[in-house]
Amino acid sequence: MAKVLVVTSGKGGVGKTTTSAAIGTGLALRGHKTVIVDFDVGLRNLDLIMGCERRVVYDFVNVINNEATLTQALIKDKRLENLYVLAASQTRDKDALTLEGVGKVIEELKGSFEYIVCDSPAGIEKGAHLAMYYADEAIVVTNPEVSSVRDSDRMLGLLASKSKRAENGEDSIREHLLLTRYNPERVNKGEMLGVEDVEEILAIRLLGVIPESQAVLKASNQGIPVILDEQSDAGQAYSDAVERLLGKEMPHRFLDVKKKGFLQRLFGGNE
Amino acid sequence: MLATCLSSRYKSSASDARGPNMSQVDLLDNDSVFQLKGNMLAITVLELSRNDLSRLDRQLAQKVAQAPNFFHDTPLILSLDKLDEDDEALDLGALLDLCRRHGLRTLALRARRPLDIRAANDFDLPVLPPSNGTGRERALELREREPLKAEPAPEQEKPVEPTINPTKVITAPVRGGMQLYAPGGDLVVLSSVSPGAELLADGNIHVYGPMRGRALAGVKGDTKARIFCQQLTAELVSIAGQYKVAEDLRRHPQWGNPVQISLSGDVLNITRL
Repeated sequence: MAKVLVVTSGKGGVGKTTTSAAIGTGLALRGHKTVIVDFDVGLRNLDLIMGCERRVVYDFVNVINNEATLTQALIKDKRLENLYVLAASQTRDKDALTLEGVGKVIEELKGSFEYIVCDSPAGIEKGAHLAMYYADEAIVVTNPEVSSVRDSDRMLGLLASKSKRAENGEDSIREHLLLTRYNPERVNKGEMLGVEDVEEILAIRLLGVIPESQAVLKASNQGIPVILDEQSDAGQAYSDAVERLLGKEMPHRFLDVKKKGFLQRLFGGNE
Repeated sequence: MLATCLSSRYKSSASDARGPNMSQVDLLDNDSVFQLKGNMLAITVLELSRNDLSRLDRQLAQKVAQAPNFFHDTPLILSLDKLDEDDEALDLGALLDLCRRHGLRTLALRARRPLDIRAANDFDLPVLPPSNGTGRERALELREREPLKAEPAPEQEKPVEPTINPTKVITAPVRGGMQLYAPGGDLVVLSSVSPGAELLADGNIHVYGPMRGRALAGVKGDTKARIFCQQLTAELVSIAGQYKVAEDLRRHPQWGNPVQISLSGDVLNITRL
């Protein structure tokens, strides 16, 4: 049974697209046939993060408008057999998406994929609403700061009331919290909210904590999902999150301040 | 057989006719308005059927004891048109004085007998035509008499209270941006209330999870409504329009504690549960 997964947050710039790319790639790495759909029509980014921006011919809006078939629009990842990307249109805006159109495409994708990862745009307007409407599970991406937590809280309220599952009175969407750009040092200094604080306010299951990492920006610029960078802490943290998403119990890592080595302490090297 | 007839109809708590500042002209203007909109004006008619002031005094005192809240500057129409034609002349000054002592403020007279009308003119009181005129007036009079059987006094306060609806119970977290309203009753939240969420109830509000949003109890003006919460970290609490924001609440020694909040006068009391 295909699962529709929405990556959402309310607030912009918290790492939704990075997370969509990483989680989608992680699922494909573990043998699940996965498609990542970019709902951010007009501000498409997913193709850049996935490194397939030069191969976009048809997009999501073309499929909705019956200007292209799904097979034509799906972009196959060069690295992984099981991974596909459905890019958003850069020349249109969110009004190009319709509830029926999105529903039709999701239904069609369900026929050939195990996981459909929907990369939601920021905000709580039409684009974000359509991205989460058909979802079975939601990953709420949150940064450890108050405005992001508040927006995530608002989004959780919408997930519980404005989705197809809520409207049809079915089981509610399974919600996961993914804390990104986490910096344990700043948490210790009291400059950032701790994991416990965020968990307490949002009161949902913690899927993972992704540490603030140089590797993320590097990976984005190179068009390689950060989860493929197995050396980086962020990549490992995303791998753990994917394992948890698939039902495996994993201890949370990267929550504490790294101990600096002797030389680092002497010379104050960059971490 | 002496009987005092006190009949009243209360359709709403608002009384537009209230207030001593009304000029003579206004009252005469109200004359026709009262006749036409008899059902909508909260007006009490004291219909005197026998000229016996000492008995009226005693019986009015009983009514006052039954419903003390009602007899408080209540606007009144004195109806003398049921008095017997050959009854002796009424001491209108004593009657007005008696009414005032029992909290009834006479706005006008309804009279038929020439000597009553003359007395009213002496006291500068407007005189309304007798009630046994047109069919419409008779219909009004029937309705006026009806509450008599059912002992009107204790019932007079009921319409003011909101009708009680079943309590609304919420088990899921109340997220920011959500607004929950329990019309005519209590609201119970068993989960957390996030910042930016708003709880409204005509009655009480209970929150058993962390309370970080806004809680407004008694939104229709019930000053007896209360707010109960296990952890007072609210953005705002309000009872019947009297409110406190987090800025003030934070300084309260009970901040973060299980508390109940009630209203006395226009002061919100926060006490530990």
